[in-house]
Amino acid sequence: MKLEYTEKQKAFRQEVRSWMQAHVPKAPLPSFDTAEGFEAHRQWEATLFEGRWSAVTWPKEYGGRGCDLIEWLIFEEEYWAASAPLRVNQNGVFLLAPTLMEYGTSEQKARFLPRMASGQDIWAQGWSEPGAGSDMAAIRAKAIRQGDHYVINGQKTWSTRAVWADWLFGMFRTDPESSRHHGLSFILLPLNLPGISIRPIKQLNGLPGFAEIFFDEVKVPVANLLGEEGGGWNVAMATAGFERGLMLRSPARFQKTAHKLVELYRRHRARADADPGIREAVMQSWMQAEAYALATYRTAGRLNKGAKIGAEASTNKIFWSELDLLMHETAMRILGPRAELMPQQHDAELDHWLDGFLFAQAGPIYAGTNEIQRNIIAERMLGLPRS
Amino acid sequence: MDFTFDEQQLAFRSAIHKFLMVEAAPEWLREIWETTRSGRSAELRAKLADQGLTALSVPEEFGGIGLGDLDWVLVHQELGYFAIPDSLTDSAYLAVDLLKRLPADVALKREWLPRVASGKARIAVAHPLNPLVADAELADLILAWHEDEIHALRREHCQLQFQPSIDLSRRLYALQWTPSRETRICPASHGRELWAGVLDRAALAASAQLLGLAQRMLDLGVDHAAQRKQFGKPVGSFQAVKHQLADVAVKIEFAEPVLHRAAQSVAGERPLRSVHVAQAKLAAGEAARLAARKSLQAHGAMGYTWEADLQMYAKRAWALDAAWGDAPVLKARIAGHLLDEATLLGPGATFA
Repeated sequence: MKLEYTEKQKAFRQEVRSWMQAHVPKAPLPSFDTAEGFEAHRQWEATLFEGRWSAVTWPKEYGGRGCDLIEWLIFEEEYWAASAPLRVNQNGVFLLAPTLMEYGTSEQKARFLPRMASGQDIWAQGWSEPGAGSDMAAIRAKAIRQGDHYVINGQKTWSTRAVWADWLFGMFRTDPESSRHHGLSFILLPLNLPGISIRPIKQLNGLPGFAEIFFDEVKVPVANLLGEEGGGWNVAMATAGFERGLMLRSPARFQKTAHKLVELYRRHRARADADPGIREAVMQSWMQAEAYALATYRTAGRLNKGAKIGAEASTNKIFWSELDLLMHETAMRILGPRAELMPQQHDAELDHWLDGFLFAQAGPIYAGTNEIQRNIIAERMLGLPRS
Repeated sequence: MDFTFDEQQLAFRSAIHKFLMVEAAPEWLREIWETTRSGRSAELRAKLADQGLTALSVPEEFGGIGLGDLDWVLVHQELGYFAIPDSLTDSAYLAVDLLKRLPADVALKREWLPRVASGKARIAVAHPLNPLVADAELADLILAWHEDEIHALRREHCQLQFQPSIDLSRRLYALQWTPSRETRICPASHGRELWAGVLDRAALAASAQLLGLAQRMLDLGVDHAAQRKQFGKPVGSFQAVKHQLADVAVKIEFAEPVLHRAAQSVAGERPLRSVHVAQAKLAAGEAARLAARKSLQAHGAMGYTWEADLQMYAKRAWALDAAWGDAPVLKARIAGHLLDEATLLGPGATFA
């Protein structure tokens, strides 16, 4: 155990910090759930790519820097400290890319990864269906092979950023006779193919952050299959592992929020201390954000030594999503009657607490509900019998 | 930057775990309650000494092994997991820490360190953070706080009154004594720093034991839920039961790195070590309290019996949660840290 950064790591941190200072937009970008904001965020991805910062853990040949996980944590710390924009291509860079690197052919990697890193292709995820949410094995959308194409029919839903995204990675039933997790395949497809229609869904904040996708006789080349036909479940589980594991939510994000919360509390102590629960919640928020960072450094250290991420990924998902709720609820309590107000130019204190509070409501639901995570922990970590 | 233990440390922990599993079965611990007045077993103490645990942080020149806080933290997790009834922590970790930091010319140091290392002496530690002193009656020596001075008391210097705890393995005493030049072994000017170190280590040791206890209670709850059948199925197959135990697993998973960082901060004498220890004790205490509650619930009525072993671990956890700094003490420290404008917060501050 050695809790000091090496000279190389310190120099790396300095390099990230300098670049961010020079390049992070001075004014926050509009929400990427608007047409204008989506393009602004795509442009930011291109800027990151020019500096080779869009996918630091990737191999150099695809536009990354080959960083290890400690360097990734340092990068994320500097990224969030600099208040840099949210990553519009997160589903691609952090979820699909690791899966592509594990299961993709060399042609697929060369075809998809560089365009993903540069923001030319923004990716959406197509897993959920009206009848397949937490129960993903209930997927019904079919991709039937005809010659060198699959013909897709069916429907996907809750597809984040699919309104403006370029490509979709999704799970489809390639064996119509199959059931549950057999006969599913992981397929990559552009969202502008004939036969695809996209219906935006307004989220709690009024913006079309996700969409339903309808497939009517959509032809996709067989070359777009990732992994083996019928082996999609295992490929998807690998992605789910990354999603719940390290990459989806770096600790820096929550440390940034905890820091802002402590500062908000300091400014409002005179009023807030009349409710002792507020101070308690502020302290818990900071301590838990620290705990999440420490746990991630530990996992990163283990993975650097060759370990595999296991069911503890499910504990991560529960921990950060509940922490995010706690922090934003606490900020709302401190802001009191002003908390309901939409962000306003003349009231900087409101910041984005309301946006964050709304988004935090989704945390325990997306990326596998926290109930599903608790089942996974109980069955795979604790060895309790399946229900 | 590497926040993992090395192979040797993990192998040591694993060896201690296997040893205690064989040598400290719950039935035997119950027998010690019933057959001894002191709550301590010479036989158990001898076995702990055989494993080198009494000598762990005694310097080699005094017959010890010379290991440090990081090794102790793993040992303490195991001592907690097996609810070991012994004054090992106070004697071999806290008292040793005080003694070895005393100036070289203090005769007491040469007299006692080798005896602690060999397992032949027990030393109790008295500090006003705890109103009562653990294991004072069986102690060959008591190191006591008085206005930041360190005093060394022998039996003739003090009067003891036993105060029963709900945990039959804890032996607590009210201590009456009068400070004198004869008892004083270290002035306040030097003692202040030594006591601060002892308080950090004592809270760290309690935190580690709390986390070990939490893990044991979780394991007991899981075992019971997997075996006990109702409605024709193991009760552990019901989500209402599963999710409660999963929540305990989450608490433990995120308390352990906080504990290990605190151990590293204490070992490295980092400026923020007391804050890190406070975080560790709050996190471990929360995990242990939740584990006690949820494991008892998973046990059903069995959990409320004397017969089920759960009580041994739950009672230790409830007691240790308030020992060597309870929540008001620890939270005041956290609040002081967060309200200080000079405190470095935010991404990148974790190891700064």
